[in-house]
Amino acid sequence: MTDLQLRSLLKLAVIGAAASMVMVGCGKKEQPPAPAPAAEAPAPKPEPLKIAFAYVGPVGDGGWTFAHDNARKALEKEFGDKITTSIAENVPESADAERVIRDMASQGNKVIFGTTFGYMETMMKLAPEFKDVKFEHATGYKTAENMRTYDSRTYEGAYMNGVIAGAMTKSNIIGVVASKPIPEVIRNINSFTMGAQSVNPKIKTKVVWVNDWFNPPKETEAATSLINAGADVLMQNTDSPAVLKTAEEKGKRAFGWDSDMTAYGPKAHLASAVINWAPYYIKATKDALEGTWTTGGVWWGVKEGAIDVVSIAEDVPAETKAKVDAIKAGLKDGSFSIWKGPLVDNTGKTQLKKDEVADDKFLSGVMFYVKGVDGKVPK
Amino acid sequence: MDAVTLQSYALLIAATLNAGTVLGLAALGLLINERAGIVNLGAEGMMLCAALAGFAAVVHTGSDVAGFLAGALAGGLMATIFGVLVIWLNTNQHATGLALSLFGGGFSAFAGTSYVQEKMPERSSFAIPYLSDIPFLGSALFKQHPLVYATIAFTAALAWFLWRTRAGLVLRSVGESPESAHALGYPVRRIRFASVVAGGVLCGLAGAYISIVYTPLWVEGMVAGKGWIALALTTFASWRPVRVMLGACLFGGVTMLQFHLQGAGVEVPSQLLSMLPYLATIIVLVLISRNPAWIRINMPASLGKPFQP
Amino acid sequence: MLRLQARAEPSRWWVYASPLLALLVTVLLGVALFLLLGKDPVRGLAVFFWEPLRSGYALGELVVKATPLLLIALGLAVAFRSNVWNIGAEGQYVMGAVAASGVALLAEPGGSKWIVLPLLLAGTFGGMVWGGLTAWLRDRFNANEILVSLMLVYVAVQVLGYMVFGPWKDPNGYNFPQTQMFEAATKIPRLFASSRMHIGVLIAVVGAALVWVFLFRTRAGFAQQVGGIAPAAARYAGFSSRSALWTAMLVSGGFAGLAGALEVAGPIGQLTPYLPAGYGFAAIIVAFVGRLHPGGLILSSLLMSMFYIGGELAQSRLGLPQSLTGVFQGLLLFSLLACDTLIHYRVVRSKPRAALASAAGAH
Repeated sequence: MTDLQLRSLLKLAVIGAAASMVMVGCGKKEQPPAPAPAAEAPAPKPEPLKIAFAYVGPVGDGGWTFAHDNARKALEKEFGDKITTSIAENVPESADAERVIRDMASQGNKVIFGTTFGYMETMMKLAPEFKDVKFEHATGYKTAENMRTYDSRTYEGAYMNGVIAGAMTKSNIIGVVASKPIPEVIRNINSFTMGAQSVNPKIKTKVVWVNDWFNPPKETEAATSLINAGADVLMQNTDSPAVLKTAEEKGKRAFGWDSDMTAYGPKAHLASAVINWAPYYIKATKDALEGTWTTGGVWWGVKEGAIDVVSIAEDVPAETKAKVDAIKAGLKDGSFSIWKGPLVDNTGKTQLKKDEVADDKFLSGVMFYVKGVDGKVPK
Repeated sequence: MDAVTLQSYALLIAATLNAGTVLGLAALGLLINERAGIVNLGAEGMMLCAALAGFAAVVHTGSDVAGFLAGALAGGLMATIFGVLVIWLNTNQHATGLALSLFGGGFSAFAGTSYVQEKMPERSSFAIPYLSDIPFLGSALFKQHPLVYATIAFTAALAWFLWRTRAGLVLRSVGESPESAHALGYPVRRIRFASVVAGGVLCGLAGAYISIVYTPLWVEGMVAGKGWIALALTTFASWRPVRVMLGACLFGGVTMLQFHLQGAGVEVPSQLLSMLPYLATIIVLVLISRNPAWIRINMPASLGKPFQP
Repeated sequence: MLRLQARAEPSRWWVYASPLLALLVTVLLGVALFLLLGKDPVRGLAVFFWEPLRSGYALGELVVKATPLLLIALGLAVAFRSNVWNIGAEGQYVMGAVAASGVALLAEPGGSKWIVLPLLLAGTFGGMVWGGLTAWLRDRFNANEILVSLMLVYVAVQVLGYMVFGPWKDPNGYNFPQTQMFEAATKIPRLFASSRMHIGVLIAVVGAALVWVFLFRTRAGFAQQVGGIAPAAARYAGFSSRSALWTAMLVSGGFAGLAGALEVAGPIGQLTPYLPAGYGFAAIIVAFVGRLHPGGLILSSLLMSMFYIGGELAQSRLGLPQSLTGVFQGLLLFSLLACDTLIHYRVVRSKPRAALASAAGAH
């Protein structure tokens, strides 16, 4: 391209940009002017509280994001026209998140829910800039004056899944399709194993890592390889129904995760460990509306209504169902602890002494496999 | 070796065949248009749109056949757009193919948003009577979806077509020297166009297979790079159908192997295992390409070059 | 019936009218799409073309997003002009970021700001090494560079995963796969306090100028491109196709690596598994829409950036799906490729085939 052509191109680009701006400008003028206030204006209704949700995946994932969106809908039902909500889905956990969340804050949203760990640094950065916005961050660990964290005790659901798995397995090999080797997932693998061992000490757990939160083709392949290795009951810590579907196809059993996945595998489905974010979202919104919002962090489980195991299959024996109910009751009134010693890891080291109950700090740092899980925790 | 381990190897073979069919079918399609001299980098986009089309068709009609037809149609349609641009408007093949991939990815994600939660009617399992009861071989080879066997049959048919029929000879000569073929009176551009559309139809079938059989659901980006791998396969299989299928199964096998190894408790970092399929592709590519004479002999000489009579 | 007839020489008018026509076609198709979705098309266009320009901050964001695209595209322009099809810029971008992170993690709290320099050099070098790997495999073994560079993208992503899950994992990070936040000293200096724009912009503009000089004013650049357009002529003139290959891959790898370093030490500030954002692939579109010319690339990177940001805004403001961005980008490239035909060919009415055949006579 010669210099002449380049200059012409630049000129035309400017003209083109100007033309589109003019077109848009004309469009703006067509908006109707604001209506003149009536003589006797009624007392103005309080502006609805604007709440925004940043989702890492699509609402249609049937798992993690789907659960959050269901809670958002429950929120709308609860508060009616006192609030308005908006969402952005597929917001990547990268530098782009800053632009999206900043835009949410500048658009007048007063409460912003960031539903994945990867938004932590972004929200920490934006919190001081937007002091009148309440930042709610899921599964993180950093807080600020106007930013707090919330999380759910998914391991409680995993444990109850384990109880059912231990009762239903015939091969005594159970499998987990795991996402990324962080404490939360390892905790769930362990809880699943411990639950199964409580009814069937002979079980062994096999784990396959997908290294992704949401990757249906890979989840399918991982599930297939677990089944090929002899597992007949599968649990997942990933976000799509692929594992359940694979189990359905191959005549094995599996659990739904994050949301009720019965519809994806009616024959294979044993139960779904669901997260119900609604109780927390309602509380958080109430705090914001009533001005009682304080920073901190919560970790809610069965006790607060955030975790549940639902849609247990018909063919699960009555005594197993009863055990699950008893565990739920025990978790609710505090009489039952899942992570209670004696607890030995799969290298023989004692992690919890007899009757020692793990505290939250211990649980946040779990990076070992309990006895009964095959393999080593990936570094 | 105990029965469980033996069975797990049989199942590994079965899974390899399954994974290999996806890659192989798409790669065979790409082989057809590359034999005519056109490289279509849009495989990934075509497969994604076909996966969505197939899935949607099954959701709405309940018929798998309708799903595969829809997938084939979607692939063929996109290939038609590509063909018109590249053959008659003489646009750059690489750029146009890339545009097709990028557009296909975006469009399928966009049009598919309402399908993400949809479910298809219950999937059936397949087994060839009698043959599937043979111990080990039965589970390994004879419990596949009909399209797997169709693909194997097609591989043989394509090889026969290319080397044993006049039409195949014409196709290959168009790929070697379109100018000579044109001088001989053959409608070069129409032949190339037909090959592009045929390639698109096969990529479409492969895409539909992914969303109907392999991972029966729809989610954006679910083809996950298989279109690009299929492109690589045609090159490292020297544009020969049988080698393409073998390569596809090799690749599919390495993919399944990494999970198998994890499940068996092998202590290699999982990222290294995840790299294996791609490293394997590079290694084989290097081995194949080492001899420039080999490439000259095998690659259609006009591959990627525009032809304007 | 209509057919194409080659022009005697490329049409100057269409060279600059074609991108405009392509943009117009894309906009029209976009309007149709908005209408189909039941959204106000004017508002839709406003979100894509007006909102990203509206405020100083918005313009800054536009530039922040365009910078890596421009850098990578500059390198790709050199490569594509040499007929070296580097499709793996994404992998070179990732490896550049990994290399730069290695340097960043060596920084001491309160250390000197000059660490930014070795950091950027490391990133450039990392990208060059990765690009060089493709060059070597093609040079030594004749392996097709499209496929090798593409496979290396997947390998690079796994290397990234390994580093953040393993040796470089933040010890205080509750075992989440990411490095610690980089020390403040490593942060790429910003241009203005109120925006995320950083000196990467200046580097990109200088880079554009350098590439322009190289391609159009130096003998080496000329030799580079001749090898791409007419390999036989190049050999006759003594231009080495081998050095063209290496130059192409090292330059494009280096630019991509530099972009990776700027992103990881700039807007992001740590190494996470989410680094691969598809810039390496989007830059391919940027390169083509910008006609592989540095001036054009500046414009096309801004345009592409506008599509990205517009797509994000369309989501939160209009409730449109995020995948719309990809649709627009693909449409733009398609339209451009189609409209570019008009530069070299004109549309004419021709006689029916039978008449032509008889006119041509027997061979």
